[in-house]
Amino acid sequence: MSRLVLTEVSRRFGSVTAVDRFSLSLTQGEFVSLLGPSGCGKTTTLRMIAGFLEPSAGTIEMDGRTISSPASTLPPEKRGMSMIFQSYAIWPNMTVAENVAFGLEVRRLPKAEVRTRVDKILDVVQMGHLGGRYPQELSGGQQQRVALARAIVVQPAVLLLDEPLSNLDANLREEMRYEIRRLHDEFHITTVYVTHDQAEAMVTSDRIAVMHQGRIEQVDAPRALYARPRTRFVAGFIGRTNFLDGEARGEAIVFDHFEIPRGAFADSQALRGRVSFSLRPQSIVLHRQPPTASERGAVVPGAVTQRAYLGEHWDYTVRPAGSALALRVTARPHEVFEVEEAVWLELDPRQMAPLLPE
Amino acid sequence: MKDRSLVVWVLLIALLLLLVINPLARLLWASFEHPETGAFTLGNYAAAYGRWRNIEALINSLVVGLAAAALCIGFGVPMAWAVSRTDMPAKGLVWAAVLGTFIMPNYLGAVAWILMAGPNAGWLNRIYTGLTGAAAGPFNIYSKTGLVLVIACYSFPYMFVFTRSALDLISSEMEDAASTLGASALRTTLRVTLPLALPAIMGAFIVEFLEAIALFGAPALIALPARFQVMTTMLWQMFEFPPRLQVAAAYAMPLLLITVFLFWLQYRLIARKGFVSLTGKGGERRMVRLGPWRFVLLGYCLFVTSLSFFVPMVVVLQAAFAKAWGRGFGWDNLTLRNVRFVLFDQTATRAATVNTFVYAAAASVIALGLALAIAYIVARRLVPMGRALTYVAMAPFVIPGIVLAIGFYAAYTAKPLVLYGTAWILILAFATRFLPIAYTNSDASLRSINPELEDAARILGGSRLLALRRVVVPLLKRGLAGAFILVFIPATRELSSAIFLYTTGTQVLSVLLFDKSDEGNFEVLSSMGLILVVGTVALVLVGFRLVGRDFLLRRTAS
Repeated sequence: MSRLVLTEVSRRFGSVTAVDRFSLSLTQGEFVSLLGPSGCGKTTTLRMIAGFLEPSAGTIEMDGRTISSPASTLPPEKRGMSMIFQSYAIWPNMTVAENVAFGLEVRRLPKAEVRTRVDKILDVVQMGHLGGRYPQELSGGQQQRVALARAIVVQPAVLLLDEPLSNLDANLREEMRYEIRRLHDEFHITTVYVTHDQAEAMVTSDRIAVMHQGRIEQVDAPRALYARPRTRFVAGFIGRTNFLDGEARGEAIVFDHFEIPRGAFADSQALRGRVSFSLRPQSIVLHRQPPTASERGAVVPGAVTQRAYLGEHWDYTVRPAGSALALRVTARPHEVFEVEEAVWLELDPRQMAPLLPE
Repeated sequence: MKDRSLVVWVLLIALLLLLVINPLARLLWASFEHPETGAFTLGNYAAAYGRWRNIEALINSLVVGLAAAALCIGFGVPMAWAVSRTDMPAKGLVWAAVLGTFIMPNYLGAVAWILMAGPNAGWLNRIYTGLTGAAAGPFNIYSKTGLVLVIACYSFPYMFVFTRSALDLISSEMEDAASTLGASALRTTLRVTLPLALPAIMGAFIVEFLEAIALFGAPALIALPARFQVMTTMLWQMFEFPPRLQVAAAYAMPLLLITVFLFWLQYRLIARKGFVSLTGKGGERRMVRLGPWRFVLLGYCLFVTSLSFFVPMVVVLQAAFAKAWGRGFGWDNLTLRNVRFVLFDQTATRAATVNTFVYAAAASVIALGLALAIAYIVARRLVPMGRALTYVAMAPFVIPGIVLAIGFYAAYTAKPLVLYGTAWILILAFATRFLPIAYTNSDASLRSINPELEDAARILGGSRLLALRRVVVPLLKRGLAGAFILVFIPATRELSSAIFLYTTGTQVLSVLLFDKSDEGNFEVLSSMGLILVVGTVALVLVGFRLVGRDFLLRRTAS
């Protein structure tokens, strides 16, 4: 069942359209990330879901009830949601326990129950011993845990997170990604998570909605998003990639100085006219000798123009013979090639994701 | 967003308009209104400016204002340079003396200077005749020169603070660049350092000038016995019975226009980006080594602060505790009679003491509450066109106190809202007059609070008003305590608007002090002044404890 449904939601600030016909539906207990560069409208979308902003067009429904529309917007305090802010927004005038208890007190729970639930949730986030501290006395990571506890303890219908890890240092950030996912697996709260960090989104999310210029480019599970990006933007934003532009001519797809038979592609009949593909650097294999052409693959001669050793892998740039292309190839540490060395590239057409025309 | 709190905001905005816009509108209207028929007329302007006496007073104001502002440069700039950029010793003492000057009300300074340099009986004249055997001393405070000196003594702290903050921002690298090219320390200072501070000095000059022409206390105490008039004393005389409100309104208009224009000019001067060094972070600053000259400079600083603070304070203290001030410093001349008289014996002074502090406290609470609410409305964009409210809240900053008072008189002596004769007109006028101080402080405090703190309370189920009560107000407490004191201090000593709005029973100390000045009982005058100063100093010390040493500066930086 759908818990949260956004239908054609738009938001304009003056003449600027920050969010443009945004549609998304979350099932109960689902964790969805809004991923995109700064200014793509993801935070605006989140603040509309929270009720801090009203949409200029479209509706937001929760459990079948319209909570936001241009005509009327339910104020944030009536939505039964909770939110984690980029600044954590831990109230410095209250202790950790008072911070966490706030939402329960507003809901007029009996004092004893407030206590039990606060103690329990602080234990869950490993902050049980620090309930009496003031926020200034906590580290960044601990403040983050307080923010998590405060948001989860009220058992919100929807949990919203706005770039919650961007103020942490790299190691802590990595730890907290898993912590957030762990808490989700424990409480199954429907969650919308805003981030510009693809690794964060991939660790935490069931699905990721990639946003660009106020629009959703693609919504998919992390693996599908990486393996089958549908637009040039998504392919470039999630991980690194090579773009191959070609043209379908008869039974072959013709690229810059090489061609691949149409039959080698998965959905071969859909390829017409000008076509573009995304091909990940690790989906290309380099050979010193021409390999025996595999069943569906394509082999292209070329030369190494640039290389860098990055410890975990090699980063090569290879130019196919006669072509102006510069393909990036990732190779394992023992696959050593010299600059200007002649190599053969083995491309796997099934790993080439066709992109929608611009 | 439909919000129940909207009603609260609208009411607060209405109060703001009632306090700022209505008096100004009524003032403008009154200046074109025929006193009897109420018809439109230019007659008030003709009456106000058709007499040479009135024009002469205007010219006197301008001349005294310019001279006082120029003297402030002479007083304030060398001191600011000495404290900011040299190795002069005893900077703390100089700084404390400037602060002391700042705290001393100008009319109390005027009283002190009358004791010091009154013809014949003044201390300086008596010392002079005692030393030379001459029949009379040369000093006469009852003159334009005397007035200029007194005004400059009590307004140069602005010049000092403005210049000092500018100098503090100039990196030593600027000076080093000049010295590596072979310039001497003196040449560097004159050609590089001071020119870089020039916009601040010019801005301060304008502020000093405006302060001087809007001042009422010192001019009234000095100019009237000296038989000349300035604009503010003229306005006051127009309110001698029967009050000629319409003529006074017309007469006040140029004062208002000059002030608005010059404040705009000052704003432009300070806002200019041409002086790069003033926009960046301070960078490293080294003190200029003065050698033996540093004692000369210290001597100058102590000389100026002696004129403004040390000697006047001694004179006032002596008079406050003397049976007769003219009898000097002997033990047999000491008495507590004057202070007791002011605080306990006389009903009028006792009531005035209570009124002073009660009105000031009430005005501070109102100003602060309103300022905070307006700052909040603007910051959170709760109403459309909110930014305009900032200008309204800041407007009293450019309205001379005396003009504001006449506006209040015009707005609230007649129906529908008659406040004249009650304490409220004084309290509201004080609140309005110092609203800008409250506003800049509230705004700054509010900006220091991340709006997400409030959002967090709301998404967890708290209403906006609950979020304000539980989160925002507790966080603002410290900042607001400082702001309260900053409003309270000038409100306790305010004279220029009180003098137009008090009635029997609503006198405050400043008004009473001024009223009693023509009786010549300087012992009692000094006692009243002293009570004010002691109250203020106590508050400043509380302020230091609460908010840190620089809090008085913020007022002038606004």
